[in-house]
Amino acid sequence: MTETDIKISIMANEKPRIGVYVCHCGVNIGGVVSVPDLVEYAKTLPDVTVGREYKFFCSDVGQKMIKEDIEAGLINRVVVAACSPRMHEPTFRITCKEAGLNQFLFEMANIREHSTWVHMKDTEGAYEVAKDHIRLAIAKARELAPLAVQKVNVEPTCLIIGAGITGMNAALDLTSAGYKVYLVERSATIGGHMAQLDKTFPTMDCSSCILTPKMSEISRDKNIELLTYSEVVEVTGYIGNFEVTIKKKPHYIDQVKCNGCGICVDPCPISVGNEFELGLATRKAIYIPFPQAVPSQYTIDMDSCVECGICAREDVCEPGAINYDDKPEFITVKIGTIIVATGYDEYDPSGLKQYGYGKYPNVITGLQMERLLSSFGPVVGKPVKPSDLKDPHSIAFLQCVGSRNFREGGNKYCSRVCCMYATKQARQYKEKHPEADIYIFYMDIRAFGKGYEEFYESAARDYGINYVRGRIAEIRENPLNHNIIIRAEDTLLQQPIEVEVELFVLSTGIEPKADSDSITTLLRIQKSADGFFLEAHPKLRPVDTLTEGIFIAGVSQGPKDIPDSVAQAKGAASSAIGLMAKGEVEIEPFFAVVHSDRCSGCGMCIQNCAYGAIEFVDDRSFGTIASINIALCKGCGACSGNCRSSAIDIIGFSSEQLHSMITKRV
Amino acid sequence: MTEPIVETKQSENKEWEPKIIAFLCNWCSYAGADLAGVSRIQYPSNIRIVRVPCSGRINAYFIIKSLTDGWDGVIVSGCHPGDCHYISGNLVARRRFAILKELLEFFGIEAGRINFMWASAAEGERFAVLVRKATEIVKKLGPNTKFDKKW
Repeated sequence: MTETDIKISIMANEKPRIGVYVCHCGVNIGGVVSVPDLVEYAKTLPDVTVGREYKFFCSDVGQKMIKEDIEAGLINRVVVAACSPRMHEPTFRITCKEAGLNQFLFEMANIREHSTWVHMKDTEGAYEVAKDHIRLAIAKARELAPLAVQKVNVEPTCLIIGAGITGMNAALDLTSAGYKVYLVERSATIGGHMAQLDKTFPTMDCSSCILTPKMSEISRDKNIELLTYSEVVEVTGYIGNFEVTIKKKPHYIDQVKCNGCGICVDPCPISVGNEFELGLATRKAIYIPFPQAVPSQYTIDMDSCVECGICAREDVCEPGAINYDDKPEFITVKIGTIIVATGYDEYDPSGLKQYGYGKYPNVITGLQMERLLSSFGPVVGKPVKPSDLKDPHSIAFLQCVGSRNFREGGNKYCSRVCCMYATKQARQYKEKHPEADIYIFYMDIRAFGKGYEEFYESAARDYGINYVRGRIAEIRENPLNHNIIIRAEDTLLQQPIEVEVELFVLSTGIEPKADSDSITTLLRIQKSADGFFLEAHPKLRPVDTLTEGIFIAGVSQGPKDIPDSVAQAKGAASSAIGLMAKGEVEIEPFFAVVHSDRCSGCGMCIQNCAYGAIEFVDDRSFGTIASINIALCKGCGACSGNCRSSAIDIIGFSSEQLHSMITKRV
Repeated sequence: MTEPIVETKQSENKEWEPKIIAFLCNWCSYAGADLAGVSRIQYPSNIRIVRVPCSGRINAYFIIKSLTDGWDGVIVSGCHPGDCHYISGNLVARRRFAILKELLEFFGIEAGRINFMWASAAEGERFAVLVRKATEIVKKLGPNTKFDKKW
């Protein structure tokens, strides 16, 4: 028996002496219900020896009050009635631990999120709810037992899903701290959307010039296992000890033999729309996504390939790298932490019929404009009208397409980049064509970042870009020249305007990846109402998920620009490093236990366990009974819920505890 | 002098308010209820929340015990099917409760007293709507007196 075991067993034998601490939380609780009355009420309940109130129990002073009561021997159970345990349970557990009380002899009553915040106008009701929640917490506290905390090792390896600018930055930070990284990217190259951009606002840095050095750094780094054209297909295990299966999709080209000469591309007879160029150009069935792609590997797109065999001919592919029978490869790796950086999809405006995207050739999206402006794009940086491939003399941008406009079939949120990218594109075009007329139709200009307001002001002042406040009422095409005729109301001048422009750019917003559900199912993480991944706390845990050991970063968590994505990447990397640097992590010892004497050996629990944590064992006194492997058990309780003889219990949410909460209704 | 009279009148006429025990899974519905709080979405003050790891943790006993012990209604809420933090706990719960509900109806307990629902961590609004709905149903059924001991 170790020292802690002895201490724990002593605590278990003591009669409960409960200290109840009701927090005002400023006015959040105290402003709605009478905290002194709650304290007085709590004191009338059995086994409550101490009742106190304070403005903020989570503060140093508040925690000290609890510690003093523990140290003085007044109490051996702590109940804090305050906010959600998802907020401050860890805080108060540490308080108990520091004062020498087992941290699991603590229970929280949620009287803020579940009472005073949701019954603000019903103060009487709020008071009743708060009273009951305190009583339920006390009922549970009386049944609490001290537990020994479990420690598990953390594998010093990180998996990063998505190799855009966010994933890449996180990967480099992790390897610079000395950790191994598996960087998984589903497309054939790393770089993500940033590789498609020409310049970046507000500094007008060339996107490639800041991105491609990072890309080659990634490919050089020996601690980064770069898995492009690969997808994560299975994740099992838990914090520190995930087991991840990755599928390497077949390239149909032997990457060892291929020397990247590219001779195979020209003879290929199949041309399809180029995804990287957003349909503005074509590519062959055998292709490299773009010239600076990393890794510089060719791939055959088997959905389009007809296996004509031309590329496999000896005079085309001298090294004989083509292999039509290539098969997917699966690898399984042990991972300590996971960072999700899967990015976004551009909003598809085809559904907004009133803007004519897909119907009129001269209506394009913001990202398409970006490719037109790109020096390595389909028109080498000299934007043209798709209808006749001539320079447009006038361009109109429409803001908030798919953002801040859910009535028309878009999203509620602001995409945060469109104001600035439209301004940037307009400036870029004006630099080369000062005579061009440029209009930006907007609802509000949101220039919130560092240097953004200055960037916007100068666009209007120095470049003569016309900002028109007002949404477009209707557009139609001039059938003679494919120009777009726009009708709108200038809400500042309060008069209707009509302009004819040669190119109409829809500043399309950002959307969650269409298949982001596959990630939430795979990793057991949640999404927020807007469809982006949910953080554990919007302010204090912005890169954590509710699943420990898994972090989120970049646009997959919500729309953001490059600086914010990189900052978040660094945040996620540092959180992952924090876990791995310690080498071990404490986990809640909430597992299933079998009462051998009650188990009938029916095996229902074995069927219900999603983790295969239960098996039959032969017990000398009880025969064939169920037994829990706590290394696999997650403590969900599916086994216990179905146990006919109540032989399985869940530590931390035990039947006695729940029973006492149900029955102490008074 | 008129004021106190009005007050007594009000308290006499005060509607009966049911008490409903809500077992919420830690990962989705409890977080959803937290979100309802953070977003200050108001819902009736009839539910008392008990946090459990997973809706699969709740067995028939807890539900029956809640009713025999005088709670007017029971809510069990978990993650949406397919989104369970524990892979399939909510599916196990769904199967179990479908049977239980029929059985309780057979025993003469109004089906409306037992409410199973799904609410994710992002669905604060949905959580409030479901609570409003459940409260309304239980309110219509009146106090849970079937288990009052009358001997």
